[in-house]
Amino acid sequence: MDEIAVQFEVERLLARYVACIDQDRLEDWPGFFTETCRYQIISSENHEAKHPIGVFFADSRAMLADRVAALRQANVYEAQRYRHLVSSTLVLSHADGIVVAQSNYQVIRIMHDGATMMFSTGRYLDRIDLKGPAPLFAEKLVVFDSRRIDTLLAIPL
Amino acid sequence: MANGLDLVWPNEGVTRVPYQLYTRADVYAEERERIFMGAVWNYLCLEAEIAAPGDWRATFVGDVPVVVARDMDGSLNAFENRCAHRGALICHKPCGNSARVSCVYHGWTYDLKGNLTAVTFQRGINGQGGMPADFKLADHKRRALRVSSYAGMVFGTFSVEAPSLETYLGPEICGRIERVMKKPIKILGYNSQILPSNWKLYAENVKDPYHASLLHAFFTTFRLNRLSAEGGIIIDDSGANHVSYSKAATDRVSAEYDKADLRVKREGFHLADPSIIQGRDEFGDGITLQILAVFPCFIVQQIQNSLCVRQLVPRGLTETELLWTYFGFQDDDEELLNLRIKQSNLVGPGGYISMEDGAVGGFVQRATPGSGRDNEVIEMGGREWKSQQTRATESPLRGFWKTYREHMQL
Repeated sequence: MDEIAVQFEVERLLARYVACIDQDRLEDWPGFFTETCRYQIISSENHEAKHPIGVFFADSRAMLADRVAALRQANVYEAQRYRHLVSSTLVLSHADGIVVAQSNYQVIRIMHDGATMMFSTGRYLDRIDLKGPAPLFAEKLVVFDSRRIDTLLAIPL
Repeated sequence: MANGLDLVWPNEGVTRVPYQLYTRADVYAEERERIFMGAVWNYLCLEAEIAAPGDWRATFVGDVPVVVARDMDGSLNAFENRCAHRGALICHKPCGNSARVSCVYHGWTYDLKGNLTAVTFQRGINGQGGMPADFKLADHKRRALRVSSYAGMVFGTFSVEAPSLETYLGPEICGRIERVMKKPIKILGYNSQILPSNWKLYAENVKDPYHASLLHAFFTTFRLNRLSAEGGIIIDDSGANHVSYSKAATDRVSAEYDKADLRVKREGFHLADPSIIQGRDEFGDGITLQILAVFPCFIVQQIQNSLCVRQLVPRGLTETELLWTYFGFQDDDEELLNLRIKQSNLVGPGGYISMEDGAVGGFVQRATPGSGRDNEVIEMGGREWKSQQTRATESPLRGFWKTYREHMQL
């Protein structure tokens, strides 16, 4: 796969990923990951200090599915949605069907009453598996810039 | 009114709490003086965070900025983080290591006990300017806190009247702290959560075992913590501090749960990956949940193998920062560390059993307009504030308000 094709695949995967979350198709969200994936939401402060604990951690697609099930069936949070803006996607390496890429993201949170805020900014540090029929995240590290989270974080980033 | 506030506590006592306490700026200001700077012990940091001589951290007592430090001689100190000169923060960074700290504004320098050690250009430049000849560095020591450490946790008080830290905590609370802080710890991460409410609405939430299995449906659904599990409440003699604990393995079928039409009682909900709830009985007593709160703003949490301390920092009348510090032990094996990482999904700003707490205080705060002289009703489990062998109670909450009233003279 040439450089342009890899860039295209990565950007298209990211576009589909954020559309899935922003359109509240959370049941489809785990399907963007490999079965034994690694997904973590962590502050840049913790990430830089090499602290292992962040806001959410999963090391299987099943754990991601559990997150969605909990949000749908157990957890209580006010109706809200996200608008993701992803940019500056940089492919760092590409070998043996594995792409390492990083992107900037910005998430605007829109509450049911219209209150809108810049909820999170940061970087996606992705390891993407291009070997299968569709590209999948083998690892997705969401490194958010601010150490503060307003009220609560329910929906994934 | 002994405290000068135009506020009379309802005749019913601690079973009634005026909503005005969450909305009045004069109450907030009095709390700073009478509670946070009064005869209480405030959590400052973990000893592990200032392990080496010269380590310091900028933290808060209520909303009052303070510096807590390990001096070059190894002793623990804390002092106001406000320069004697023009009142700027002396330490504007969150932490550091240095024998002295300097204000960036004009370079006034302090040792780690808060003594002013140098004033820039004190003698002027080329014989001109400078401070008056009778200016004495010793007159400008920063107000120091009494500092005491218990089981690796550092507390401070501005008060000379506060009893010793151990007396303040009480023997039963001390025992329960030691139960968790049994070995040298290792910091595993931090989180900060901004709560859209007065600080007391979160402090109350922690003192309220009644809500735990009702608001937090995740727990109940997996029988991690239902009020029908064996457990109880321990409240110290003063009423200020408490422990709520439970043993998930002892949960049994409860007619009350089956009868009640609870939102939390869902059918057919199971985890696709149950590894998150497969904990290890590392304390050897079957207790799967222990929440311990020290008046006014400190919490130690053991939820299965997720260990954490939480500090509440008021950021104004209607905003509060909740700081989470996750830890494990230095000798944790890889499996235990992985358990702690996975189980951190239960707590924190996005936790399965804690995210609701970030919002629910805001629901109360947002409902205060029009509450006038109305009061909360806190009678679950009686009207006392004693230890109880049930968690279907608000006893610790009454203990909180009993303590609050004493400090506020309300």
